[in-house]
Amino acid sequence: MTQVYQGEINFRRFLDEQGTPVAELPIWASQPEILQSYYRNMVLARQLDTKIIALQRTGQMGTYPSMLGAEAIDAVSGGLMLPEDVLVPYYRNHLLQIIRGAEILDVLNYWGGDERGNASSGYGEDFPNAVPIATQSLHATGVATAFKIRGEKRVAVSFCGDGATSKGDFLEALNVAGAWQLPVVFFVNNNQWAISVPRSIQCGAETLAQKGLAAGIRSEQVDGNDVIAIHEAMADALKHARDGKGATMIEAISYRLSDHTTADDATRYRHNDELKAAWQKEPVKRLQNYLAANGWWDEIQEQAWLNEVQQIIQAQVDTYLAMDTQPVESMFDYLYAEVPKALQEQRASASIKAMTGGSHHE
Amino acid sequence: MSNETHNVTMVEAINLALMSEMQKDESVIILGEDVGTNGGVFRATVDLRETFGIKRVLDTPLAENMIAGLSIGMATQGLRPVAEIQFMGFIFPTMEQLICHAARIRNRTRGRLSCPLVIRAPFGGGIHAPEHHSESTEALLSHIPGIRVVIPSSPARAYGLLLAAIRNPDPVVFLEPKRIYRLSAQPVEDNGQALPLDTCFTLREGKDITLVSWGAMIKETLEAADALKQQNIECEVIDVACMNPLDHDTILSSVAKTGRCIVIHEAPKSCAVGAEISATIAERALLSLKAPVQRVTGYDTVMPYYKLEQQYMPNTADILAAVQTTLEFS
Repeated sequence: MTQVYQGEINFRRFLDEQGTPVAELPIWASQPEILQSYYRNMVLARQLDTKIIALQRTGQMGTYPSMLGAEAIDAVSGGLMLPEDVLVPYYRNHLLQIIRGAEILDVLNYWGGDERGNASSGYGEDFPNAVPIATQSLHATGVATAFKIRGEKRVAVSFCGDGATSKGDFLEALNVAGAWQLPVVFFVNNNQWAISVPRSIQCGAETLAQKGLAAGIRSEQVDGNDVIAIHEAMADALKHARDGKGATMIEAISYRLSDHTTADDATRYRHNDELKAAWQKEPVKRLQNYLAANGWWDEIQEQAWLNEVQQIIQAQVDTYLAMDTQPVESMFDYLYAEVPKALQEQRASASIKAMTGGSHHE
Repeated sequence: MSNETHNVTMVEAINLALMSEMQKDESVIILGEDVGTNGGVFRATVDLRETFGIKRVLDTPLAENMIAGLSIGMATQGLRPVAEIQFMGFIFPTMEQLICHAARIRNRTRGRLSCPLVIRAPFGGGIHAPEHHSESTEALLSHIPGIRVVIPSSPARAYGLLLAAIRNPDPVVFLEPKRIYRLSAQPVEDNGQALPLDTCFTLREGKDITLVSWGAMIKETLEAADALKQQNIECEVIDVACMNPLDHDTILSSVAKTGRCIVIHEAPKSCAVGAEISATIAERALLSLKAPVQRVTGYDTVMPYYKLEQQYMPNTADILAAVQTTLEFS
């Protein structure tokens, strides 16, 4: 018997749980600017997350999926993707959308139940959030196919969680990306939980990244709480795609420090000890320790940035809370490029119903 | 586009439309299983790869859901993907992508992104195909806001409607009645002219009864109208052509004229497009009616294997019987 295939998955980490280097750092990490930029965005994410959850708890926001624990992934990806690349997000990439040009107001509107949250020109050609799991992985392959057909050196970058890797859509996306050598990056935020289902019973494979190997694409694991590791993995993946060499799958090992959404109560299925242990590894403190150890961040800078961030967020929240609801006709006006004749009567009926004292049957 | 007139069958007319539009618009991309080298299992895409190359005619891995999702991504990038699903029975894996994304992207983004894709699929019974190849599930797709469902009934209609579907800025499911793929040829001028969507076509005018149908059943419907003409009964025959959005006006004005209506389709009776048409007539034209609206349809059963398929499918005699009942109603 001869062995016809043997694969390996490498794991990248540069900073340990305390933010101490455990490997030789890349040259760019010896300068503070990039890391400080990542840190500022991660703090912004954490403050915004806290604010949105408070809005939800007071009835001013819809059901919301927290990004707590995923800040490093979005901060780095947002720093490395080029404007002409296309982001195909999942429903936890709020920071990444903001870094790429969306307003905080757009995020508030989307989770506040207003389609205008997806409409901002700040998104460019980026996709809106996908709620059905893993369906967006395939959209990224279509975007990448368009890039390849047109000979453009752009990359489609798609995000999903560990649960999504169990779905056919994800595996079908890997498969076609491998078969066609598409310029796409599949970034899996393996945060250990798909609502209440832990990673251990999500999939029998030792790593999720192996699924990329089965599709013939380069695949690796990174520490999802280590910005330097994520930076290296993402930069390599983007270059690989831009150079015409095809797709990459990155499995980032992180932890969902929040409930699944504001409608979920993780204490029903998750031990507090596990959560406490995960907090010891979290990305914001880890990077703060590293910056502080190098003299690149201190308490004065921290307080100044916190104050600034809170003012930015509050201004956007004030705008959000003051927004008028969309006109009822908007339900009809964007369904097709032009309102079909068959819908015009319903549109008129909806207008009447929306008036004070209006009725559906007038 | 050559402006030549070709004597073509429906499947050849589809190929002619694809060839014509791909020459005119380089953003049109063909994809699907076997569409390239093989030219499609029914040969609808034959010669396209030789003419336009592998970057515009893509043989995909075997995964219908993937084809739909991939097409969505392409469409949002300004391409016009025309994806083939080999049989309608295999369109079901695509439903999540069609319902959750293709149908909604424009609305979800308030017009920031659009999704101008076409999914082509042969459908309907009558060719002795295996299980899952012969269903008529147009109503499932027609129920989805944001999706157009278009069904041609002749080579000329296939040519013009497919051009319209490809040029449409929104997603279109283009269902091809495979029973009449090669039934007969008809002169079709390759003039690049699209037919209108969202409208019925009145194939024949008459004052006594309105026969409403689409796709392959138009054949039996016209046969019935011919037979009734011998009895001095003049049928108005309407080809619905676009199931969603539905052109109620043409049907209602015809019923206002004739006072009688029969809806004919292969699909099961319940919750079908015929039910929608019947309900609309009941809501909007009740006082014009001289008799209840009749439906001549398939049964509410699984489409049987081919030895029973002729028993399942409505035929000309069924239509004639329904007309008789309707005319005799008092």
